[in-house]
Amino acid sequence: MTQITLTINGQPRTIEAPPLKRLLDVLREDLHLTGAKEGCGEGECGSCSVLLNGELVNSCLVPILQAEGAHITTIEGIASNEKLHPIQQCFLEQGGAQCGICTPGMILATHHLLEKYPQPNLLQIQEGLAGNLCRCTGYTRIFQAVQQASKTPGTNSVPSPI
Amino acid sequence: MSAQTTHIVGSSPIRKEGVAKVLGRAQYIDDIALPNMWFGATVRSTIPRGRITSITFDPAIPWHEFTIVTAADVPGENTIVHIAKDHLCLASTHVNHPNEPILLLAHPDRAVLPAAVAAVHITYDPLPAVFTIDQAEAPDAPAIWGDPDAPEKNLFKSYLMRSGNESQLDAIFAAADHIVTGEYRTGAQEQLYIENNGIIAEYSATHGVTVRGAMQCPFYVVHALQLVFNLPAEQCRVIQTETGGAFGGKEDFPSVIAAHAALLAMKSGHPVKICYDRAEDLAATTKRHPSRTRIRTAVSKDGKLLGGDIAFCLDGGAYLTLSATVLSRGTIHAAGPYRWPALRVSGKAYATNLPPHGAFRGFGAPQSIFATERHMDRIAHALGITPEDVRRRNLLAPGDRTATGQLVPQSGPDTVDMQHLLTRALTESDYHAKQARFQKENPTSPIKRGIGFATFFHGSGFTGSGERRLNSLVEIELTPTGQPQILVSSTEFGQGTNTILCQIAAETLHLPYDFILIAQPDTKHVPNSGPTVASRTAMIVGKLVERAAQSLVQSLITSGHLPHHYSADDFRHAALAYLAQHGPLKASVRYQSPGDIVWDDDNYKGEAYPAYAWAVYVAEVAVDTTTYAATCTNFYALQEVGKVLHPILAAGQIEGGVAQGIGFALYEKCVWQQGHMANNQMTNYIMPTSADLPPIHVAFEEIPSIHGPFGAKGIGELPMDGPAPAILNAIEDATRIPFNEIPLLPEDIFQRMTANGHTSGDPCVPEATA
Ligand code: FES
Ligand code: FES
Repeated sequence: MTQITLTINGQPRTIEAPPLKRLLDVLREDLHLTGAKEGCGEGECGSCSVLLNGELVNSCLVPILQAEGAHITTIEGIASNEKLHPIQQCFLEQGGAQCGICTPGMILATHHLLEKYPQPNLLQIQEGLAGNLCRCTGYTRIFQAVQQASKTPGTNSVPSPI
Repeated sequence: MSAQTTHIVGSSPIRKEGVAKVLGRAQYIDDIALPNMWFGATVRSTIPRGRITSITFDPAIPWHEFTIVTAADVPGENTIVHIAKDHLCLASTHVNHPNEPILLLAHPDRAVLPAAVAAVHITYDPLPAVFTIDQAEAPDAPAIWGDPDAPEKNLFKSYLMRSGNESQLDAIFAAADHIVTGEYRTGAQEQLYIENNGIIAEYSATHGVTVRGAMQCPFYVVHALQLVFNLPAEQCRVIQTETGGAFGGKEDFPSVIAAHAALLAMKSGHPVKICYDRAEDLAATTKRHPSRTRIRTAVSKDGKLLGGDIAFCLDGGAYLTLSATVLSRGTIHAAGPYRWPALRVSGKAYATNLPPHGAFRGFGAPQSIFATERHMDRIAHALGITPEDVRRRNLLAPGDRTATGQLVPQSGPDTVDMQHLLTRALTESDYHAKQARFQKENPTSPIKRGIGFATFFHGSGFTGSGERRLNSLVEIELTPTGQPQILVSSTEFGQGTNTILCQIAAETLHLPYDFILIAQPDTKHVPNSGPTVASRTAMIVGKLVERAAQSLVQSLITSGHLPHHYSADDFRHAALAYLAQHGPLKASVRYQSPGDIVWDDDNYKGEAYPAYAWAVYVAEVAVDTTTYAATCTNFYALQEVGKVLHPILAAGQIEGGVAQGIGFALYEKCVWQQGHMANNQMTNYIMPTSADLPPIHVAFEEIPSIHGPFGAKGIGELPMDGPAPAILNAIEDATRIPFNEIPLLPEDIFQRMTANGHTSGDPCVPEATA
């Protein structure tokens, strides 16, 4: 067991865990933040995506040891005070979420993409989301949600991860 | 029926459970933990077929900490019942496929389970096995299923559909101008829902079994549990939790995992969760049936179909499960939306030593439609006419009858004109101009471009007399807050069940969409509205919701609580007054078969489905002659699905289905080694990513159907049918090489192109037979 201190959605947290325990399991089991999902456990599907120091990572591939001192943003930290974040609102309106299992990861990937390219073109969107698999939508409506979000004021006023 | 003016139906309100999903708060089964819950794991066979000779437990593991369940612990029948009882809950003496469950383990710590599973050593006396349709049907094949002395070995089920002058087929072939034959094959395809299968089960001696989890059909699970536990239905409670995709893959399989988790719960005295990881889900759960279709057609010189003889075969895997019904739908859809003066379709499903194949969006139809639509292009090439010509001359028209003898209405509702759909699709996709341009550019380009299309239909609802047998029940109750709440076992797994059923109720009740509630499917509280499969929810269940809503409002009006014209506030007051005065109010309606729907199960004649959805899909492709990769570069999907209830959800269904169809055609290959899926990881079973898919243009024709609510028909499976043949037709257009097997991967293209010496792009004359 190692003691790990990190900041999750703005809150400092200290946990005890085996050093190689996956960040995904720490979030889901120790911190009861179940928004990050395990789709594959091997870095292929992106349903476990979180932001680690502002970078998009697959939390199934991150040993908790590597998250010491890190600032983590999960889907639970994207909305503020019961108000949907504009990205969430756009996914809702455009039909970007069907079964919803990929949605938390998609929304975090979108957030990361829009930080990098505030007005992304279609190719940038396609490539920016290529690490997040969605089996339901065929992605079309997700692209539309991202495009709408890029035009919505406040999209980049996300509670800053750092 | 003239198109009704609607306000809520036809608009796109926010999906009911959408806010919880975008917030990441929706609770899927693996997000749920019950107090004192243990975790379960499955010990599986490592060989395709054999007799179990020994089971030993490695002494390095503290087994006393575990609960261990074998077939001997099954209190009722050791079977997972679907259509037959051949499918064991746990294997005891023999195994019939790799990854067959033999033994179950439970432990309070999830982390110790993998090592424990690996520490159970099982030895076998292997028996000969078969892995393909060709091997299963061979005269000298080992009999792996059923009566070894049966005239046809290893045959799960067969159908013979005869249509028109079928008895004259020999004479028709003898006299025909052309005979065109072909063979077409499709591979197994994984549903690849991003949420793996998972269940939590509880057991108590007084209440029986309670399971919750990811599933499409709660009452299928009840039925299976009743047998395994020898309990009445009331003591087998099943609750569907938020389900992260299904596509048929959570139709029959949840019964298996529910029974396993419940057996562990009973023996351990704890709630037990079994959630598969991806490798186990891929290796052990159902996939789309591989198929082989041989088609022989007699054709006139102007391209009219004179007669057809189609042999459609499916690989069902080791147990019957749903193969008979998958076969049935595939057999009927083999005829396509065409006029056949004489047609014979023989459908056969064979047993092999692969894990059982099961339901996947389209349910047999994508396989047979792939064959038929490739074959229509083959006829065109053999005759030197265009793919468009051959369709134009044979498409069903209003007043014609389908191969089962069902009339395409000549006027009024449900009158669909495929010629018009074809014209519209080819115009809007700019088919002719693009084809001409590609043909001009291809000879000098290393990238060969092509365009192709498929014309097809898909029946909504259960096949034949299925809906009558299901006899579905739907209820709407008033909640203590005076709101209508829909009670159905129809499940939401992304396709929009919650939303469209609430829209239908809201429209019928003249109430705001947000005012309508829908209950979580819990068999203790909801009636059996049938399984959520077969594109039946919008049309069949939706119609029942409409009728239940009418009945509910009638009760409030006749009891004097509600005026004929009312606001939402009036409704709430009336509802509360009714509840105070008379107690609970629940409107129930049961499925009524339309009088003119008649189906003859023995002869495969009559109204196979209440209604069909019709479509023309156009695909553009680029085949790179240096990498041999084929890419779909543009996709156009036109469909007639009756009234579109929710344009955003409907388009989302089509886009998602098309994406899966593109995967089926060009990406998704199960690699089998001795019946085991060797590539059981997302790293090497490849589904399309956001960077792989073309723009998908979706268009609807809306011709109201009398069979569904507000004129709606089924939509969910249709988009799976058309992409694969449209893409392969386009690849033939690009390369002049007929590829007739999917998935079509670069290595397959490389083989054919280099073998035929076609890297230069010279057009070749297509063969008439394969
Ligand atoms: S679960 Fe982490 S990438 Fe799939
Ligand atoms: S919405 Fe189901 S996987 Fe994306």
